[in-house]
Amino acid sequence: MDFGFIKEYIPMYAEAAKLTFSIGLIGIIGASIVGFICSIIKYVKVPVLRRIISVYIELSRNTPLLVQLFFLYFGLPKIGLMMSSRGCAITGLIFLGGSYMAEAFRSGLEAVESTQIECAESLGLKRYQVMRYVVFPQSLAMSMPAFCANIIFLIKETSVFSAVALADLMYVAKDLIGLYYKTDEALLMLVVSYLILLLPISILCSVIERRLQYAGYRN
Amino acid sequence: MAMKEKVLEIEGLTKAFGDHVVLNGLNLSICKGEVVVIIGPSGCGKSTLLRCINGLEPINGGVIRLDGEVISNQKKSMHLVRQKIGMVFQSYDLFPNMTIIDNILLAPVKVQKREKREALQEAKELLSRVGLSEKRKAYPRELSGGQKQRAAIVRALIMHPEIMLFDEVTAALDPQMVREVLNVILELARQGITMAIVTHEMAFAKSVADRVIFLDGGNIKEQNTPNEFFEHPKTERAQEFLNTFSYEEVHKEVETSQS
Repeated sequence: MDFGFIKEYIPMYAEAAKLTFSIGLIGIIGASIVGFICSIIKYVKVPVLRRIISVYIELSRNTPLLVQLFFLYFGLPKIGLMMSSRGCAITGLIFLGGSYMAEAFRSGLEAVESTQIECAESLGLKRYQVMRYVVFPQSLAMSMPAFCANIIFLIKETSVFSAVALADLMYVAKDLIGLYYKTDEALLMLVVSYLILLLPISILCSVIERRLQYAGYRN
Repeated sequence: MAMKEKVLEIEGLTKAFGDHVVLNGLNLSICKGEVVVIIGPSGCGKSTLLRCINGLEPINGGVIRLDGEVISNQKKSMHLVRQKIGMVFQSYDLFPNMTIIDNILLAPVKVQKREKREALQEAKELLSRVGLSEKRKAYPRELSGGQKQRAAIVRALIMHPEIMLFDEVTAALDPQMVREVLNVILELARQGITMAIVTHEMAFAKSVADRVIFLDGGNIKEQNTPNEFFEHPKTERAQEFLNTFSYEEVHKEVETSQS
């Protein structure tokens, strides 16, 4: 193991990790917003729109991210839509993550018992008040485990971005292997980088999950 | 009783789920301060009746009036009507994401737009009356079934409803907790609160009711004062129903089959 080599290239990995993290973060925020809106449309059964969203969810969940990225990066320019590597990566991540987040939130919404809603209505709450004070707090707490799993899943999925020439962690590792044949060192640093990125998120998630548990408790 | 003003009037109420007619042209009026207990075999439409009054179920025919105003099938203004009708459910349905006091204050503050301090004051008084002062800041999961149900009663009561509806509120409780909840309801009856109570607790029905209504096959088969109804039921269906609560008949049947 060449520790000199490792030391030399730590800054490069740090840079790539920053990129992976920033794209992951933007992607996750975007995916959460898309997912939240989609889940509400499906939950309140908006006509037509809910069908379109079902199609989107199936399309997004049943095709690999790599294929979606190729479509964005190589396919769209053919019809005149050019996007940077970064733009493609973020769009791809939101497209993929949106459907997973939608399903996570929807499962939470559907887990709120109908008697809770009836009870809130019987107190004279308007529809939006029922959602705001009763349905959302409970459903979000209940979808937290799935939401956290999605966050970690999406950050891991960023590893395919190297395919659209984005200098993320995976790209740097492949690059170094190609240049210097330092396979062991490059891969070790890759694994460690992902762990440094993901372990704190993972721990934070389980803390949040535990703290929110009360809201999902049944009566 | 006939002289008193009518709070609730139901005329020809019909409710069907698909082909299954649950309520069939039911007429009922409840006067101010009156306690009406509704009993009947399961599936007779007791709960459906309460749910129709509260607009949780759209009705297929007839009309329901509260204080002379038509409230049935008024989709737009139903949330206004519901402020005047307090309902307590079998499954308590306190909101698990809020403390007891927040559960109770939600509707008066957000729906009736009352001053928070004033509502809080009343909530505290009501809680102490049902013996839950200590549990103000607890979450529903920390309470027993009986305590939860008492808190749910307070939550409905603080709205100052014209009428309170109780839908088998003790059916999910352990026997020793039934008593504490029923005592609260008895106390409300003494205070002159108008109530419609669906229950399977016959002894309780007898002591709390001004009038007992026996529901069967989607309509009122018999109604009377509790004493008359329980001692001398007139219809055969009511007699049969009341017999299912006594075990003397069982003994007789066993004896005759053995001899």
